[in-house]
Amino acid sequence: MTAVEAPPTGGPGAAPPARGWRRRHLLDLDELTWPEIELVLETTDAMKEVLGRPIAKVPALRGRNVTTLFYEASTRTRVSFEVAAKNLSADVVNVAVASSSVTKGESFVDTIRTIEALGADMLVIRHAVSGAPYLAAEIFGGNVLNAGDGWHAHPTQALLDLYTMRERLPDGSVAGKKVVILGDILHSRVARSNVWSLTAAGADLWLCGPATLLRGFEAWAAAGAAAGRPFTVTSDVSAALRDAAVVMALRIQRERMAAGLLPSLREYAARFGLTQERLRLARPDVVVMHPGPMNEGVEIAPDVATDPRAVITDQVTNGVAVRMALLYLLAGVHGEVAAG
Amino acid sequence: MTAEEIRRATIRISHEIVEKQAGTAGLVLIGIQRRGVPLARRLAAAIREHEGVEVPVGALDITFYRDDLSLIAQQPIVKGTDIPVDLNDRTVVLVDDVLYTGRTIRAAMDALVDFGRPRAIRLAVLIDRGHRELPIRADHVGKNVPTSREEQVAVHLVEVDGEDSVTIERVERPVPEPAR
Repeated sequence: MTAVEAPPTGGPGAAPPARGWRRRHLLDLDELTWPEIELVLETTDAMKEVLGRPIAKVPALRGRNVTTLFYEASTRTRVSFEVAAKNLSADVVNVAVASSSVTKGESFVDTIRTIEALGADMLVIRHAVSGAPYLAAEIFGGNVLNAGDGWHAHPTQALLDLYTMRERLPDGSVAGKKVVILGDILHSRVARSNVWSLTAAGADLWLCGPATLLRGFEAWAAAGAAAGRPFTVTSDVSAALRDAAVVMALRIQRERMAAGLLPSLREYAARFGLTQERLRLARPDVVVMHPGPMNEGVEIAPDVATDPRAVITDQVTNGVAVRMALLYLLAGVHGEVAAG
Repeated sequence: MTAEEIRRATIRISHEIVEKQAGTAGLVLIGIQRRGVPLARRLAAAIREHEGVEVPVGALDITFYRDDLSLIAQQPIVKGTDIPVDLNDRTVVLVDDVLYTGRTIRAAMDALVDFGRPRAIRLAVLIDRGHRELPIRADHVGKNVPTSREEQVAVHLVEVDGEDSVTIERVERPVPEPAR
């Protein structure tokens, strides 16, 4: 047994790996590097293994308080975060705004301060106003996770979409694969966050919908191409679907729809709805996705939603695992040590 | 410890494990990530050699069960768990490279009982360096190595590090990272 000069790489005495999670909040995917996204996806693999255990619960977040604050209706996202937090042994507090003091006129800032004073360590927030989670992150002393803000971002959805694609695509990678997002792009925070993750992953990304529901995206596509993250914007459904490896249909968001953007839902379904006939343009092994909730017969035909190539329930299951991974990673970054 | 000494210790432990069980029935080897996993595979290969029996091998990541998760600055990277068989009524031999404070083994036992109720859990380690902080001991030890807390035992295995060796290194106290 002899002493060595320099610690060999990878040994217990070596320097800690440069990889690791240093972000205190998850607000959108625009600032995440590809190695950071990969770390989330790898951690999600470990969480899926936990979900398959006889006792699908680990003590990683014991004693942490995760509070969900939802200013907008949601079933799957809120329940998904709650299940994820409970699987990690966190304590979960759900604040439903409709029955909270917000209805008595309490300001957003005061609500965040109150929740922190009540002991929240991690805040999961959904708000109809784009940017609200950014304001919450300035006020709140713990970690903030954006569960959807206005039209702007839905980062956990985009990450579970990417995870589900990689799980289903033959070689486990979206790089170079044709991925089509079809529908109401304009009002979709899911589409916006997916642009960041899928261009980072090197997918051949196509956004397709009626011209009125694509406004502003041509300019973004031009800027993306200049920045080395190109994607295609089109109203030509056939061109978009041809040889697609993944097709994601988006819900027509009637609650956000201003008058005049669409003649009628029937016309939309006839021209842009994802039907079996249109799906024949795509690759035979195309992966069909939908972030839910679905309007069957509008953006997606019922027999497409139940097609064996549809992975819509996988998306829901993977959503729990992705959110477990993010809660776990963010929980390690506290206010006082957070960098930048 | 040289590659040859590691090889001999592994073979001796493999004999001890079988002797203690009076056979290989119900036996499963579970390596603790990261270097416990290749060690468990080597023990299984040695048992195959002298008993002609294939003993199942699993991998266990104990990260989620650590008692210092809320104290450390950054979450450790999770390497993955794979338990290939039902653990109920099996004899589980946990395998790790170095036994030190015993905290890793405590975490590993908490993780194992989430998978079932083994008949027994035993512990095999390549190096026991002392300084226990919990009432835990190993059933099978490759080598007892007296150390001071200022020293670091570095186990290198071909599967992970490209070579087999065990060295003791004097560590300087880690310098805290400058704030950015």
